Amino acid sequence: MLSTDKRSLALALYCGALYLFVFAPIAASFVFSLNADRFPTLPLGGFSLQWYERIWADAAVWQAFRNSFVVALSTGLLATAMGFGAAYTDYRYRFVGQTLYLAVALLPPTVPVVILGLSMLAFLSRIALSGELYSVVIAHAVLCTPFAMAVIRLRFSQMDPALEAAAWNLGASRWRAMRHVVLPFAFPSIVSALFLTMAVSFDEYAIAWFVSGLNETVPIRILSILQGSVSPEINAIGGIVFTVSICLVVLAQVVHARSRVQPRQTHELEQ
Amino acid sequence: MATALGMDANPIIGDKRSIKGGRASNGEARRDSRSLGYALTWALPLPLWQLVFFIAPLLFLAALTFWTVQSFRLVPDFDSVNWVKVYGASFFLDAFLRTFVLACSASIVLSALAFPASYFIAFCLTPPMRRLAVYLLITPFFTSYLVRVYTWQAFLSDTGLVNSALSAFGLPSVTMLNSLFGAFVGYATLCLPLIVLLQFMSLVNIDRSTIEAARNLGCRPFRTVFAVVIPSGRVGIVLGAVFCFILTFGDFISPTYLGGGNPPTLAILITDFTKSGNQWPRAAVVAATMVVTLILVAFLAVRFAYKSRKSSHAVDR
Repeated sequence: MLSTDKRSLALALYCGALYLFVFAPIAASFVFSLNADRFPTLPLGGFSLQWYERIWADAAVWQAFRNSFVVALSTGLLATAMGFGAAYTDYRYRFVGQTLYLAVALLPPTVPVVILGLSMLAFLSRIALSGELYSVVIAHAVLCTPFAMAVIRLRFSQMDPALEAAAWNLGASRWRAMRHVVLPFAFPSIVSALFLTMAVSFDEYAIAWFVSGLNETVPIRILSILQGSVSPEINAIGGIVFTVSICLVVLAQVVHARSRVQPRQTHELEQ
Repeated sequence: MATALGMDANPIIGDKRSIKGGRASNGEARRDSRSLGYALTWALPLPLWQLVFFIAPLLFLAALTFWTVQSFRLVPDFDSVNWVKVYGASFFLDAFLRTFVLACSASIVLSALAFPASYFIAFCLTPPMRRLAVYLLITPFFTSYLVRVYTWQAFLSDTGLVNSALSAFGLPSVTMLNSLFGAFVGYATLCLPLIVLLQFMSLVNIDRSTIEAARNLGCRPFRTVFAVVIPSGRVGIVLGAVFCFILTFGDFISPTYLGGGNPPTLAILITDFTKSGNQWPRAAVVAATMVVTLILVAFLAVRFAYKSRKSSHAVDR
């Protein structure tokens, strides 16, 4: 028994070290953003807000944040709407080529972003749609829709198909049943999908770098600081980006968690 | 793509009970044609979008490899000059081999590094702790990879945190940035959370009684892992390695900013060719090569994951 204890202790320590590795850069970035030194060494320099003050005064950073918000919101709405349609289709219907339908719907995230970026740049510039903010939205919608679809499809798998059928039997049209039965049931996952896709779009640098032309989003701004004069401003921007993304994800989780209570009361689904 | 066109207008409801009992067939026909429009409204936007903005660009990329650049402008053409030029360049073949070997070794090393942690989370933690561990692993996906790479620069540079800690103990400093080690730290930052998650999802579904059976039959713990756990969790382990391969094969951030960028990987070549403006067809050749490689690797890996499982071990489920 002692050896089992020792073994799981060793495993626990190993697992802890792995988490430390994963979280070290995230935590350190936050610490560095509040550190006075330009190049952090041990012992750390004094507390300072100068990097935040600098990006606050930087018009390019402001513009990048504005661009990123516009792109993330547009992408989120578009991806969630299309993802919902596809998730509903997969849940409701059986049809020839359904596997192909799912493959096309879910494939984009498995293609490396450099390749997506290059092909979209070449294609969009051929049809005169590249180099604008909406180009980033078009490309990000391709990348994000699968995530939205997966989240909403998961919710549908908890839905009793008889619910919608009952509405039809009681005389509701398809559209009415959609509005009063399907949409309310899927609503939490729709909100989750919206926040999730916004977060993915907000962090995406490679595709945006290819297709955005002169319109910098936040990750592109970070990339250009990284390429030029490396500066702890990156940490300050990163801190803000992290806060925004985590807020979106936590909001998505809260909506999701609250929705989990409902089905248990009405039907005994899963767990 | 005729996927949605072959759609059944009648939805399948639960156990296929008909819900339209005794309706007049006349009204039913009208209803079906209207519900076809309803179905297509939901079904079509996504495939149309992906067809125009995902499939078409990838096909265009393939076509682009045969186009030529004349006086700084892209000209539609059917010329093999780009393929000949790129495949004739020794730096390209070097870059291909280097990228392939890097991605392979990253998949193997990182999968091996991830496995003990996945094992611990799947078998040693209580369910609430397990959920917390999984939530924690999801967090990194929502932090900027660029920022994390920048932070590793601050850790690993010659005057960085690690080296200043070493010198505080009177130890000589070590070069870690702009080296293979640096690139691997970046790859680990990119892939480890995903690999652990995929391995965990496979391990946690293994039937515990198979492990207990092995123990009861006198199998030592270490051997149980190799004889029972790894074969049963094979799908997740292979998937984790495949995703690691895809991510590292296409990543240009870690090799550039932590690995030094020179000599380049394929992804760095693509960004360089693209930046230089009129070299898009050559960038497309590199990209096409990468796509073919990735498809082959993914195909072989998935076959490996699913094939021999049935024959050699009938363990799970």
